[in-house]
Amino acid sequence: MEALVETNYSIDTFYFLVMGALVMFMAPGFAMLEAGLVRAKNTAEILTKNVALFAIACIMYLFFGYALMYGNVTEGAWIPGFGMGIGAENTAAEVLASGGETYYSARSDYFFQVVFVATAMSIVSGAVAERMKLWAFLAFAVVMTGFIYPIQGSWSWGGGALAAAGFSDFAGSGIVHMCGAAAALAGVLMLGPRAGKYGEDGSSRAIPGANMPLATLGTFILWFGWFGFNGGSELKLSNVDEANAVAQVFVNTNLAACGGVLAALLTARALFGKADLTMALNGALAGLVSITADPLSPSAELSVLVGLIGGVLVVFSIVGLDRLKIDDPVGAISVHGVVGIWGLMAVLLSNGDASLGGQLFGIAAIFGWTFLASLAIWAIIKFTMGIRVSQEEEYEGTDISECGLEAYPEFTKS
Amino acid sequence: MKLVTAIVKPFKSEDVREALSEIGIQGMTVTEVKGFGRQKGHSELYRGSEYVVDFLPKIRIEVAIDDGQLDAVVDAITKTANTGKVGDGKIFVSTLDEVIRIRTGETGADAV
Repeated sequence: MEALVETNYSIDTFYFLVMGALVMFMAPGFAMLEAGLVRAKNTAEILTKNVALFAIACIMYLFFGYALMYGNVTEGAWIPGFGMGIGAENTAAEVLASGGETYYSARSDYFFQVVFVATAMSIVSGAVAERMKLWAFLAFAVVMTGFIYPIQGSWSWGGGALAAAGFSDFAGSGIVHMCGAAAALAGVLMLGPRAGKYGEDGSSRAIPGANMPLATLGTFILWFGWFGFNGGSELKLSNVDEANAVAQVFVNTNLAACGGVLAALLTARALFGKADLTMALNGALAGLVSITADPLSPSAELSVLVGLIGGVLVVFSIVGLDRLKIDDPVGAISVHGVVGIWGLMAVLLSNGDASLGGQLFGIAAIFGWTFLASLAIWAIIKFTMGIRVSQEEEYEGTDISECGLEAYPEFTKS
Repeated sequence: MKLVTAIVKPFKSEDVREALSEIGIQGMTVTEVKGFGRQKGHSELYRGSEYVVDFLPKIRIEVAIDDGQLDAVVDAITKTANTGKVGDGKIFVSTLDEVIRIRTGETGADAV
């Protein structure tokens, strides 16, 4: 019996670690996707943002975030208890004494959770691309990953007010994706559109990305990493029911992405007359975000449909936000925010434990908190160090102005 | 001496190069350029926003030649670069004041 407890502990810890590593791989996924969709002159800067935000997220979550989100949360509470650090590890004696109730390493839990924080943060980097000051962004990242994200995370996964209200979000369509999108939206509103994006007559000028192969690679890497994102969120592997559940999650996650790709591609074809690759890529991600709130309870067939609807929504959302003059170079707000909301509602299609009221409450709380808190922080940064590069710097490119080097030194055209 | 500048469609640049080699032209400079004449551009949609492609890619070939070669060169370029469709390009002929070979210092016809 003891050996079984220890073996299950090892399996489930290993599972967390490997799934966490898969989600970590979403960091280069985002980096490549964003690098592909911005102009050549802004590529090194967005890569720097992506590398640095991952590092900031892990360290801030280590010191402040993890403790805020999980350390000291009163059931049903809005205000989490303050704490620091990631606590002590389980000893073998404690694990055996628990009879298997404690079934994974505490460190592995931190590791698995921290990569989700980094994912939420990286959503912001795409929306504010090509005109934000690098250090202003990193300053925001410090606050977002240390405080804004963990506080709303404590309400649901930490056991606080949203958990008590019956809010259901398996892997984070709302807690991670919509949260990131809300922060991004606040940032974009504070920042303004890229120079030259919108004409005086209200028209929107296309600013094509520099590297479609990278954007595609990034999307596929994100798709791959998402198996960890959703699969790992089952939180346990070591018995038949759990193993089956994980398999269902992998299958549903994959199929939702597939539905998203095809729906977005067909929608783009219908609206624009041609097969816009960038829309197909956003469609894949939209499918993935759609299923993330519940990749377990739907059937495989329903998962295709959930992803499909996300794929249609994302195309219209991208065009719609553009019409509202909200400039989002990679479609992050649409993919993660608009579709994140759809994902939370889609839970109701297959999960009897979720309620319309609970989902709406969660959407309002997470979006409201994240958007307003982010708006305040962006405003503070804007009125102290400034958040936007100067017009000359935007023209010459943030690679030069923020990083002092060029991503494509021999390919660049002025 | 003349400088012949030809703007041609990119996929024709290899054919033009071969044709010039055949009539004894031993050197040229090629640059990738953009431009338009009567061909104008076309518009595309990128993520729902219009994207006007006004400037079309072309290849610019420059050859410095002796006056005597002019007709043969113009003829070779015209015949190979012609597709009959709008956007085939143009040839500009200008007079060269001086030509110098950097390695040897030769000037004039010896340097062409």
